[in-house]
Amino acid sequence: MSLDNENPTAFNEKLIADVLSAYPDKFAKRRRKHLTVAKPPTDANADSSEGEVLSECDVKSNVKSIPGVMTIRGCAYAGSKGVVWGPVKDMVHISHGPVGCGQYSWSQRRNYYTGTTGIDSFVTMQFTSDFQERDIVFGGDKKLGKIIDEIDTLFPLSRGLTVQSECPIGLIGDDIEAVAKKKSKDIGKTIVPVRCEGFRGVSQSLGHHIANDAIRDWVLDKKEVAHEPGPYDVNVIGDYNIGGDGWASRLLLEEIGLQVIANWSGDATLAEIERAPKAKMNLIHCYRSMNYICRHMEEKHGVAWMEYNFFGPTQIAASLRAIAKHFGPEIEEKAEQVIAKYQPLVDAIVAKYRPRLEGKTVMLYVGGLRPRHMITAYDDLGLKIVGTGYEFGHSDDYQRTGHYVREGTLIYDDVTGYELESFIERIRPDLVGSGIKEKYPVQKMGIPFRQMHSWDYSGPYHGYDGFAIFARDMDLAINNPVWSLFDPPWREKEKPVLQAAE
Amino acid sequence: MPQSADRVLDHALLFREPEYQEMFERKREAFECPASSAEVEAQTEYSKSWEYRDKNLAREALVINPAKACQPLGAVFAAAGFEGTMSFVHGSQGCVAYYRSHLARHFKEPASAVSSSMTEDAAVFGGLNNMVDGLANTYSLYAPKMIAVSTTCMAEVIGDDLHAFIETAKQKGSVPKEFDVPFAHTPAFVGSHVEGYDNMVKGVLDYFWKDKEREPGETINIIPGFDGFCVGNNRELKRLLDLMGVSYTLLPDASDQYDTPSDGEFRMYFGGTTLGDTTAALNAKATLSLQSYCTRKTLDFAAEKGQQTLSFHYPLGVGATDELLLKIAELGGVSIPDAITLERGRLVDAMADSQSLLHGKRYAIYGDPDFVLGMARFIMETGGEPVHCLATNGTKQWAEEMEQLLASSPFGAEGKVWSGKDLWHLRSLLFTEPVDLLIGNSYGKYLERDTGTPLVRLNFPIFDRHHHHRFPLWGYQGGLRLLTSVLDKIFDKLDQDTSAAGQDISFDLTR
Repeated sequence: MSLDNENPTAFNEKLIADVLSAYPDKFAKRRRKHLTVAKPPTDANADSSEGEVLSECDVKSNVKSIPGVMTIRGCAYAGSKGVVWGPVKDMVHISHGPVGCGQYSWSQRRNYYTGTTGIDSFVTMQFTSDFQERDIVFGGDKKLGKIIDEIDTLFPLSRGLTVQSECPIGLIGDDIEAVAKKKSKDIGKTIVPVRCEGFRGVSQSLGHHIANDAIRDWVLDKKEVAHEPGPYDVNVIGDYNIGGDGWASRLLLEEIGLQVIANWSGDATLAEIERAPKAKMNLIHCYRSMNYICRHMEEKHGVAWMEYNFFGPTQIAASLRAIAKHFGPEIEEKAEQVIAKYQPLVDAIVAKYRPRLEGKTVMLYVGGLRPRHMITAYDDLGLKIVGTGYEFGHSDDYQRTGHYVREGTLIYDDVTGYELESFIERIRPDLVGSGIKEKYPVQKMGIPFRQMHSWDYSGPYHGYDGFAIFARDMDLAINNPVWSLFDPPWREKEKPVLQAAE
Repeated sequence: MPQSADRVLDHALLFREPEYQEMFERKREAFECPASSAEVEAQTEYSKSWEYRDKNLAREALVINPAKACQPLGAVFAAAGFEGTMSFVHGSQGCVAYYRSHLARHFKEPASAVSSSMTEDAAVFGGLNNMVDGLANTYSLYAPKMIAVSTTCMAEVIGDDLHAFIETAKQKGSVPKEFDVPFAHTPAFVGSHVEGYDNMVKGVLDYFWKDKEREPGETINIIPGFDGFCVGNNRELKRLLDLMGVSYTLLPDASDQYDTPSDGEFRMYFGGTTLGDTTAALNAKATLSLQSYCTRKTLDFAAEKGQQTLSFHYPLGVGATDELLLKIAELGGVSIPDAITLERGRLVDAMADSQSLLHGKRYAIYGDPDFVLGMARFIMETGGEPVHCLATNGTKQWAEEMEQLLASSPFGAEGKVWSGKDLWHLRSLLFTEPVDLLIGNSYGKYLERDTGTPLVRLNFPIFDRHHHHRFPLWGYQGGLRLLTSVLDKIFDKLDQDTSAAGQDISFDLTR
């Protein structure tokens, strides 16, 4: 790695300045605010309730992306259909509008579920109203009504529907709420209209919020829910069961004696969503995408919430203890037993993989909670995070990031393709964790890469079971022999140069 | 505890362990409020029935599991085949993230494109500022030779005028006046990715050919069409054309862009039809399209310019390749060299060797209109019977052409044409009128699972198998690959069906 270990702050500051010089002035100024180097913590941001603050990584965030720069962000539809609603398995989610959005997001998030697809579960199917020109001109409400009937006929075991709006819906003035209300009466099922048109907001993030609001407005408190509340009832919120993450987490929560009465929204059923307000506590995995509904349940139903982190043994143990604390000595005792039970597994994993990974450097660029939550899992294996950033974070995410990253770490918000490639090329980390769009450019540079949205078709990475897989995957990425084959023996190795655009 | 450091179990095996299976059961019983097993079983059986099929085929509005994408994907793919070209998609930014992901997942390659990132304010006021700023940023950061502009449905619904916007952007200095910025309106609510391809290619040609006088020459333009196998196919096509010694321009050619080497350098732009060749293509003697439905407007445009035009339907196998090469030979005034005749003979030889396994096999084929036509033709050459021919983005005209093709061979007698139908329709068709093999793309894996019909992946997108697109399907050598892919599936199935332990019947060493 060419990163100056003596003074990473100075190195990174210079790197930021170099990269910005490629932009037209106006946009260099705008992008400057999204890039920083983690600074020593100040008293003002010390937040004792969240533990030690290691650094301050304040950047401007959650504002519009600059046109023409190759932002890596998606849209509100992606945040609602792709993230929050899509995994709810016994509902049919209609991608309402032209065919593309549903097609490109079809089966791509690996939200695992049990059930019979096409019969009582529908996650890996693509339902679309496939808008044609006449629908744009005359409106799609009638068509939507017909679609709902057709779904009810062909999929009688579906428990409800959601209407995931694509861009044109809001632009042509369709009244999907009216259709939802009417058809809900007709077929006697929950129908949720979601105004997640892709042009709303600046990223996926508003789509999460809109999806949360739709749960509040169209699902919660709409039906009598039969549930005998127990003292250990919790919900897991914001675990989408990617590669089975939610299951690896659930196992631990059950082991410490808690009863998970709802998981949102990986492997979830509508009944679980409806039951959630009866829980004692909401355990939030992905704060970014689901904090809204937890705040609502706190206010309206008195359900307390807390964030937890099940990436890597250090955080898992800390989270199990923090969670258990809320449920009294019996649960605390069990939590200790669970931590002790898995310690030999943790020791064996660390003994096997840490020597192969010690001192390697990692750059992350992902969404949700991962740019911070995964850092300690890397620490557990001896890897060091040298750069991290969020696709669609808000200031509260960056504030929380200070609990995880050390001074001198490069921080980038809504990074552009140009910036990320330049940073990676100059820093030359041993591993990059980001998405499918970033994977191949990085690998072409000869730098190992793991997709950290889909777990690169692996997983789960949550919980102790997941940590073993995480460790294995980081090792197989970094230590695969292919990276040593890049240079033909008949060519002198050239030093990589930063490709600056003129 | 199922997990161990010695033998790390990931999702493929971990969740089969009793700890998890029991947990699934607990969750299901206590919290999911599921449909009962009896209900699920009954509905599963019902979904295989003729009655369900009738209801399914009676759908008028709902589309389930379609085999098509939207226009801008085709435009981005088309633009990638021109030298140094950055796709700039005007509209919402999420769309571009989707196109890039979709192409990257298929090709296992970088897929670069930018968005003008329009949001609510642009929905109200129009996206002019986004175009002006966006072009300036793209030009500065990514140093393209050309920026090819297309649109998402948002920009189309609000009616943004690309031509006027690009002119204004140039006046404001976003890019130099002489910098090439062709464009195409690509509304997602019209047609599919094949029309998007057509519109983009036409947009580029229109840009480079306008106001120019054609001086007819001897070169032949060849437009490959939207093709997930472009890497293998275009290279094979060029090899054949070089062997024949004709002068040609592939227009456009993404074979290098979607197959860059790993040597330490990320090439954002690689290969592609040069802008010079694109301009000079006006003077071509003729323009040939290898996928008629990808090039309808483009060919009309070429014809207007005085070029002879001709189109094919994704030529596969012996007869279609014969026709293509004969036509090219005729246009180029050359004869087909012995080397190619040998290749033809080898393909026919291979087909003869395997004919007993292929004769009478029944197929369902789905995909883009030209692919289905080309594949059905090849299947009939092998003695196979295309039973279900389905194109979600098929038109009435496609259906007619398909019917004609099936009528041209006794092997097409049982064939049915399903234009505008989707893969949930196909599920019913496969249950009620079963076939031996399914030919399509990765989405077909759900049909394979549900109906037990073995799937041969030969069409875009292929996400769950690697590198197939690096090998050609076109030409006689491509035919060999095609043949082998189908045969392997047949053999694997045969072995699977006869490999029950304790019975050594039909599990033959030589087949």
